Amino acid sequence: MTILVYAVVAWVFGIGIYGAIVSRNLIHLALCLTVTQSSTYILLLTLGYKRGATAPIFKDVKLGTAAVDPVVQSLTLTDVVVSVTVIALILALALDVHRQSGSVDPDEISTLNG
Amino acid sequence: MSGRQRVRAWIAAPVLGLFAALLGWGFSGAPAFGAFHGAYGELLNRIAVPQRHSTNVVTAIVFDYRGFDTMGEEFILFASVVGVVLLLREMREPAGDQDDPVTSDAIRLFGLVMMSVVVVAGLWVAAFGLVTPGGGFQGGVAIAGGIVLVFLAAGYRPWTRFGSQHLLDPLEGGGAAAYVALGLAALIAGAPFLHNLLGLGVTGTLKSGGSMTLLNWAVALEVAAANLVLYTEFLESYLVPHLSRR
Repeated sequence: MTILVYAVVAWVFGIGIYGAIVSRNLIHLALCLTVTQSSTYILLLTLGYKRGATAPIFKDVKLGTAAVDPVVQSLTLTDVVVSVTVIALILALALDVHRQSGSVDPDEISTLNG
Repeated sequence: MSGRQRVRAWIAAPVLGLFAALLGWGFSGAPAFGAFHGAYGELLNRIAVPQRHSTNVVTAIVFDYRGFDTMGEEFILFASVVGVVLLLREMREPAGDQDDPVTSDAIRLFGLVMMSVVVVAGLWVAAFGLVTPGGGFQGGVAIAGGIVLVFLAAGYRPWTRFGSQHLLDPLEGGGAAAYVALGLAALIAGAPFLHNLLGLGVTGTLKSGGSMTLLNWAVALEVAAANLVLYTEFLESYLVPHLSRR
């Protein structure tokens, strides 16, 4: 079970990176980055998991009940929301590149103009 | 695979090999699934409710124990939205009199009903962030998602009332500024930055959390406005030019 969890993290990370390397489209590249980033969420949340524990929310739950790690959850929570806007920025950059050079294929954008 | 892709794959191979080794080394020392015992998290699970009167420990961490970190996250969000605005607003023509009215009464009615449902659900998620699962980040996204339904259900003209930069830009900046202002208010009062000034309230009710409640709403405002700014910018730049003129 332990190996399976970490294998999923490595797999999601790996396919994201692979996609980014062979990408021929900047929008596809941006999506590959989100896939790669998602692997960190899986890693954080599985790290915080405790067998037989509840969510770290103690509304109508007795204090001292075993609960999963709340720190990794709060890290994931803020990062998910922030990543959406960062991806929007990357997509805006991709659209700007398309407007400037007429292509979103990184191989066809041969020269970077400052 | 084209020639260039093969070259890129070969360049990446040694780096990835190194990274895989590092990852394997890291995983070899990682705890077994379900057996992690982080001292920090376990401590917070025990003390957060009596110390901060918030039954949602995750929110207590986001807005209190790691409140300064959240401010940084909020400014990443703010900065990337400003980046999108600078890139997209620069390059487009000012909007004309385009319109894309939705003529089906069924879609209009269903969409507007759904909009109120989603916005109320978002407000609820944000409001009870310190009590039950939720908070400003999640609620803000849901509120923005509800409001953008106006565009889908009613068309471009009704949407411009919500998706206006004169309305959204001050709200977005205001949300970010309010977070910093609450931190500075604690400094002025002689307490550490972001210290809870308003008392802790009654555990498990809407009145719990004190300053955290205000920080929560500042983030909800910031996130909702930021998402709406993003929708507006992309719609104005890439959809509106293709709409028919009236």
